[in-house]
Amino acid sequence: MSTLTPAAPRGNATATAVPATAPNARRGKSRMDPTRNNTAAGLAAWLLALLFASPVVWMILTSFHSETDAATNPPSVAANLTLDAYREFFGETSGVSPWPSLINSATASILSTALVLVLAIPAAYALSIRPVKKWTDVMFFFLSTKMMPVVAAILPLYLFARTVGALDNIWFLILMYTSMNLPIAVWMMRSFLAEVPEEMLEAAQIDGANLLLILRKVIAPVAMPGIAATALICFIFSWNELLLARVLTGVVAGTAPVFLTGFVSGQGLFLAKVCAAAVVISLPVLFAGFAAQDKLVQGLSLGAVK
Amino acid sequence: MTTATARISRPGHTAAKPARSARSRERALAWARRAPLLPALVFLIVVTQLPFVVTLFISFLSWNSLSPGKTAFAGLENYVTVLTDPDLRQAIFTTILLTVSVVLASLLIGLGLALLLDKKFIGRGLARTLLIAPFLVVPVAAALIWKHALLNPAYGLVNGILTWVWSLFGSSPAPQLDLLSQAPLAAVVVSLVWQWTPFMMLILLAGLQSRPMDTVEAAQMDGATPWAIFRHLTLPHLRQYLELGGLLGAIYIVQNFDSVFTLTAGGLGTANLPYAIYQTFYYANEYGLASAAGVVVVIGTIIVATFALRTVFSLFKKEAAR
Repeated sequence: MSTLTPAAPRGNATATAVPATAPNARRGKSRMDPTRNNTAAGLAAWLLALLFASPVVWMILTSFHSETDAATNPPSVAANLTLDAYREFFGETSGVSPWPSLINSATASILSTALVLVLAIPAAYALSIRPVKKWTDVMFFFLSTKMMPVVAAILPLYLFARTVGALDNIWFLILMYTSMNLPIAVWMMRSFLAEVPEEMLEAAQIDGANLLLILRKVIAPVAMPGIAATALICFIFSWNELLLARVLTGVVAGTAPVFLTGFVSGQGLFLAKVCAAAVVISLPVLFAGFAAQDKLVQGLSLGAVK
Repeated sequence: MTTATARISRPGHTAAKPARSARSRERALAWARRAPLLPALVFLIVVTQLPFVVTLFISFLSWNSLSPGKTAFAGLENYVTVLTDPDLRQAIFTTILLTVSVVLASLLIGLGLALLLDKKFIGRGLARTLLIAPFLVVPVAAALIWKHALLNPAYGLVNGILTWVWSLFGSSPAPQLDLLSQAPLAAVVVSLVWQWTPFMMLILLAGLQSRPMDTVEAAQMDGATPWAIFRHLTLPHLRQYLELGGLLGAIYIVQNFDSVFTLTAGGLGTANLPYAIYQTFYYANEYGLASAAGVVVVIGTIIVATFALRTVFSLFKKEAAR
């Protein structure tokens, strides 16, 4: 997985030029100067960052503690580290393995993401580079489907799946995840393809390049980082999804979030095990999210914000 | 499928031959343009629009799957029930309260964080990464962590810290919170605000970094106070980003299921509409009633979405003017 470099905004994008600041002795130093003010801001930001990250840090730390050390009040921060909770989670004593559900999650996320890209990239092309008439209306139709809560469609989907025997079938879930992420992907991909400079396209045509060559030489280099970012966002949303998975899958096609909900027995001490489970399940998302940090905002805002 | 030659020039550029062939070529070109769009469009209509039409249809039926022989047309009866049944009315109220409080709180905190991160300081990148972390924990896992590792009254981190702090100042017993049973909705709100603040922060930070700095520089030269700059330059520029974050957040949070399901299982007045609908059809088997509640959610979302679309549209138009 390549690390993503943000594509340089082109055309009408507002250039955030770093202003060359004249040293201004009186007041209101430029944002760009390190000043005492910034030290205060930095301290405040760091305090808040640590506060926000502390549940995540605590989750990771507790996952390496024994159950008895995990359930103490006050907390035992410096307890001995152990991998017991992970062994427990992977079913070394109970024999219940999370692997099938993790594999289901990976299957559903990866395949639905691939399907989304296959559908979204040509659609985005027809909305940006060679736009159809009324392309904005089409864009808003795509967006409006995202606004419809899943609960408003879930009963017919469940009944349909039950009728055709697609309940607890990973392929049906893949179709659902594809429809869930397709509008996001179309919006994102459109904003990436819109960054392909028109002059380059025209120049390539004048040189008599055919469509395939233009796709390969002009569009692909600009669109590649965008495709990677879109894929990561779709992957994250599919990996996280619970409601559809809970209603449409069971023992065979159950995903990791479904496994997790049935995981807390309430029997005895299980805190370290819960933390270990949460760490394992969140790892792929944490990696994907940190890798795509620069593109995260574009995906979350449907490509509206760069 | 015809492979289109990559002509960027608009149709109409073609030499006008006053013949039928020209018109049919024009039409073929238009279809060639549409072709790449159709698979995605058709797929989405089939998978999202059709089910909703069926939901609409079922919502007018009296249908409990446990007594299949008794299915009948019920008119608006289900809708009356949704609006009068105390549990479902409570769910509507909870949904609104939950959405509004989470969106407002995470927007405000997110704005504060974005303003801080807009400044340069040591380790800014790492601080930003730490702040994004809550958004990247799988929501179900996050809810479990809040329930068992942080808010558990006996050994959760929150009470653990209280005990530890009090022990520094003497031996009096520390106050112990039990949010999950005393204020369960607050527990859900807190965990969701923690999860959604990074989302708001990211959008607002992008907004801050896209503002034209020359006016700010000029204002500083003229001796404007930081507050005046924020009030008259930064805030108006951020307005559409605030709206966008708020409305997108609202659309996601209205649909929230994971936290309610995991933290409280909808108990003690925390059941929002998605959870109530899930229960109505999954456990109570009241298909007609669940569908009517689903339609009510859609109507509510449409009201929110009309505002959202307008906001997205204003940003989008700027970008589309290419």
